[in-house]
Amino acid sequence: MTADKTWRGRAVEEDAERAAAEVTDARALLRLRTRSRLLLGRMLHPHRRMLGVAVALLLLQNAAGMAGPFLVMLIIDRGITPLAERGDPALLLTLGAVFLVAAITEYATKRGFLLLSARIGQSVLFALRQRVYDTFQRLSVGFHERYTSGRMVARLTSDMDSIAELFDGGINDLVLAGFSVISVAGILLWLDVPLALVTLLSFPFLLLLSRWFAHASSLAYRRGREAVALLIVWFGESLGGIRAVHAFRREPRNQEIFAGINDDNRRATLHAYRLIAIYSPAIKLIGNVTIAVVLTYGGWQVMRGHIELGVLAAFLLYLRRFFEPMQELSQFYNALQSATAALEKLAAVLDEKPAVPEPERAYPMPAGRPAGRVALRDVEFAYRPGKVVLPALDVDIAGGQTVALVGATGAGKSTIAKLVGRFYDPTSGTVRLDGVDLRDLTDAQLRRAVVMVTQENHIFSGTVADNIRFGRPDATDEEVRAAAATIGADDFISGLPDGYDTDVHRRGGRLSAGQRQLVAFARAFLADPAVLILDEATSSLDVPSERLVQRALRTILADRTALVIAHRLSTVEIADRVLVLDEGRVVEDGPPAALIHSGGRYATLHQQWRDSLI
Amino acid sequence: MLWLLLTGLGGTGASLAVPLVVQRVVDGPVVRGDTRGLLMLGALALFFGVVEALLIFIRRWTHAAAAVGLEAAIRDDLYAHLQKLPVSFHDRWQSGQLLSRATSDLGVIRRFLSFGLIYLVVNTITYVTVIAMLIRLYWPLGLVAAASAVPLFIFARQFAQSYLQCSRALQEQQGDVATLAEETALGLRTIRSYGRGRFMAGRFAAEIGELRDIAVDKAALLSRASAKFDLVPNLTLAVVLVAGSIAVADGQLTIGRLVAFASLQLLLVWPIESLGWIIANGQESMTAADRVYEVMDTAPAVQDRPYARVVEPGPGRIVFHDVHFRYPGTTQEVLRGVDLEVRPGETLAIVGLTGSGKTSLVSLVPRLYDATSGHITLDGTDLRDIRLDCLRGLVGVAFEDPVLFSMSVRENITLGAPGATDAQIAEALAVAQAGYVYDLPWGLDTRVGEQGLSLSGGQRQRLALARAVLARPRVLVLDDPLSALDVHTEALVDEALARVLKGTTALIVVHRPSTIALADRVALIEGGRIAAVGTHSDLMATMPAYRAVLAAETAPAQGS
Repeated sequence: MTADKTWRGRAVEEDAERAAAEVTDARALLRLRTRSRLLLGRMLHPHRRMLGVAVALLLLQNAAGMAGPFLVMLIIDRGITPLAERGDPALLLTLGAVFLVAAITEYATKRGFLLLSARIGQSVLFALRQRVYDTFQRLSVGFHERYTSGRMVARLTSDMDSIAELFDGGINDLVLAGFSVISVAGILLWLDVPLALVTLLSFPFLLLLSRWFAHASSLAYRRGREAVALLIVWFGESLGGIRAVHAFRREPRNQEIFAGINDDNRRATLHAYRLIAIYSPAIKLIGNVTIAVVLTYGGWQVMRGHIELGVLAAFLLYLRRFFEPMQELSQFYNALQSATAALEKLAAVLDEKPAVPEPERAYPMPAGRPAGRVALRDVEFAYRPGKVVLPALDVDIAGGQTVALVGATGAGKSTIAKLVGRFYDPTSGTVRLDGVDLRDLTDAQLRRAVVMVTQENHIFSGTVADNIRFGRPDATDEEVRAAAATIGADDFISGLPDGYDTDVHRRGGRLSAGQRQLVAFARAFLADPAVLILDEATSSLDVPSERLVQRALRTILADRTALVIAHRLSTVEIADRVLVLDEGRVVEDGPPAALIHSGGRYATLHQQWRDSLI
Repeated sequence: MLWLLLTGLGGTGASLAVPLVVQRVVDGPVVRGDTRGLLMLGALALFFGVVEALLIFIRRWTHAAAAVGLEAAIRDDLYAHLQKLPVSFHDRWQSGQLLSRATSDLGVIRRFLSFGLIYLVVNTITYVTVIAMLIRLYWPLGLVAAASAVPLFIFARQFAQSYLQCSRALQEQQGDVATLAEETALGLRTIRSYGRGRFMAGRFAAEIGELRDIAVDKAALLSRASAKFDLVPNLTLAVVLVAGSIAVADGQLTIGRLVAFASLQLLLVWPIESLGWIIANGQESMTAADRVYEVMDTAPAVQDRPYARVVEPGPGRIVFHDVHFRYPGTTQEVLRGVDLEVRPGETLAIVGLTGSGKTSLVSLVPRLYDATSGHITLDGTDLRDIRLDCLRGLVGVAFEDPVLFSMSVRENITLGAPGATDAQIAEALAVAQAGYVYDLPWGLDTRVGEQGLSLSGGQRQRLALARAVLARPRVLVLDDPLSALDVHTEALVDEALARVLKGTTALIVVHRPSTIALADRVALIEGGRIAAVGTHSDLMATMPAYRAVLAAETAPAQGS
């Protein structure tokens, strides 16, 4: 963490994520670790049978491979003599055939194992990606505002890469190396107990070394995950805003910042690489020292006549085969540490409880279209503790009514919209739709009834038609066109090079801000909700387009409830009722015409707006 | 690279020395009962053991720095290049595809450099040495063993080709998954408000399902190839053994030599076996590198001409000469021959219907795009003959979509003027009526943008406006910069902006009548051409089309 970070500025949530990455106290570490290992276990659980088959294949493959040297010995010892002395090739050919069978078995089992283990690994990754994605979808808007899009992308891409690495070679290394270490240990004990005990003296050192590595590498990998996430966040954000970067000649400074982040990431990766560069040779060292000690001690024992020379020779040969697989185990352990760091991040997301949860049981809404009565009862709301935006709001909106919310920035207009759209739940009090608390409705029920169009509706990559159809995926082409025509967007869409099939490019970059709003409007209209919320939905439209939308709104809003927020009072004029808000309280309430005559705040605002027109 | 070879060979040598020492111990001191000799040789074994570990350590330690450093360096270069590529490139490319290149692909390359490459070098050396030794030992069988290279070569080629396609497909798919993940993250509110979570989850499942299928296909290829690479040395060994045994029986070969031959050949199994994995790794990093260079080889479409020069700030006359423009990759012209003069110090408003080309027109001034034909001059110099950084220093811009980065307010405002003083910042904030920033929890040091405090649309627009006027640019380009402001604030901004615009050449895209007051003259743009230029009152009086675009209370717009 060397580069200057003042450019980032200060934020209220000093990255909780980062704090978790740097956490060092033993209990917190243990909890993180257990959580991620549990997750891995849970993900592997459904595949345990296939995993068993894979391990069996692997062992069979290994046995067939081991048979090779043994058969070589047999051929040389037994096969040649009959051929040389009696001219009888039968045994030699038989042994050759057995060798062939062993080779083919190895071929088949290896192929089978690799394919099966890849299937298991990929299925686990698939399930994990899906679960993480679904969890992200369930979590509240508040969570996402803290967590940010770049981190979400990091979780779904780069973290998955490091788990994939574990599956790539992991099972192989673990099973084979573990198997040979254990079997060789058995042979060593059988050969000579005192020498085996001397060998065991290396264990405390191996254990200490591994503990150190586990601790150091989990910190390093954790930091690495966080560094990658920051890199992804910055990469996406700075290139996403490339227009501003170019227009303000920001390239050198951005390069500087990116280099700093990239360097942090490099250091974190390098740190992890260096740890394994110490760990792996250190294991080798312990093995080599043990061999030298056993050699000297065993030689001495042979001289004193305590053990036979042949036993010592065999013991030393096996000792090497005991320590060599430890290298592979260390590689596996390393991959596991790296994957664990990623799993910790994912487990943290999966553990997150949605702040706006689904009800346990869906409220049985009557069939057909909701009437669209919206009621806010004694609603208090604060984005952050202590900063109350709405102190105690009571509003009743009759079904089919069009209500405009008017007030200065920070008066709470958008907050009300977000509460009715249930992006947040009120701190206290209730928001009801047709008398039902929103918290008792499932997401599907709620979204069918309430749709929100804001100033920054996201336009997805794809065609114009795709984007409109987002409002109702099963809509036909005709319905899409009809929706666009109703709000007056058909003209401009038909004028595009490929009409409704024109690719709008990334984030709708191919369209102007006004065109994007028209597409968003068409989308909302197609969704046909009982309650429509328009939050500054017409701000980017030019006057003629706005006029068209205005006219369309009269028809669109005729049979549905609407909540309209607009700085341009032209949109407000079509409202049945205006609520003037000030610091989260309703200060004026009535039909627009009546308010204009009453000479209150709305009348002043209205006059200002009239003056701004020609 | 040399280090890699030396330490690699040294390490292998030391590891081979240990068994030799063991053999000497058994043959010498133990048989003779020589304690001193035993201790000496024990110490020697210890020494070789330590040397081996040390050499491995040195190799891994230095190599780690090289591989990781190279990855970081390429990533820096990639980012630098991406920053140079024009807006049109970024419009067309999926951000996830760029991201996967900068992360996953570079990671693949790093892993190949740190592991695959070492084994490739060491294994090739081992293979060639062993084959040479085999031929020396008994050439007929040695040639048989050498001949096994032919099927290996054929398999390797087939495998490499098919694997190349698969690994490319996988990397592309990773990019698509990243794109959809990002799209979901950015469009989360929209997805939420339409309740399309399940719909998106279905799309995501399809993408990751495809990713899984490609990965399994790839693994199937690898499993087949790996198993073949296992089979070839084993079959060769079988042939050699049977043939060798016959040779021994005929008395052409001693049994000791056959033993030596067979044990040497066993040394070949691992290098060949690992071939599949190394080829796979190599192909993956090749396609990854291809993908990275695909971007790196894209020449920036908007760049300095060889003789582009730095110009002194002049009066600020901008002239469009028969400017045509279409977005790269499209066939439809957005601007169809624009001739327009913006006089020094004048404020010219651009008015027109949605989609008539207003934003495209003003984007050409800071050269976010280049005109397809025709040219634009600033004080008589073609924009393309002015050094880009100089031009963009002279032109200040505020867009309708205000781009704020996750940085402090100060950093966001001083985007184009890093050296600005607090007083200058205060002045710019005053013009844009953005004094609210002083009331944020940490004032100018508060982080805004996606990862910081969320601001309303109007607040963000005002910040972006402050950014544009801060550098006191010669030319201001404002693209409907006040659309999200309420009437009262807009009036205040207009008043302050009027002072700034005095003496500054400005092009302002206007949707609202209220902002027109700022303009000295107005240009009406229709279907990519300038339909009329004049004062607001003139055009109101003479041009019905103009009235239709701006006036709230007139007859419906005529056509479009």
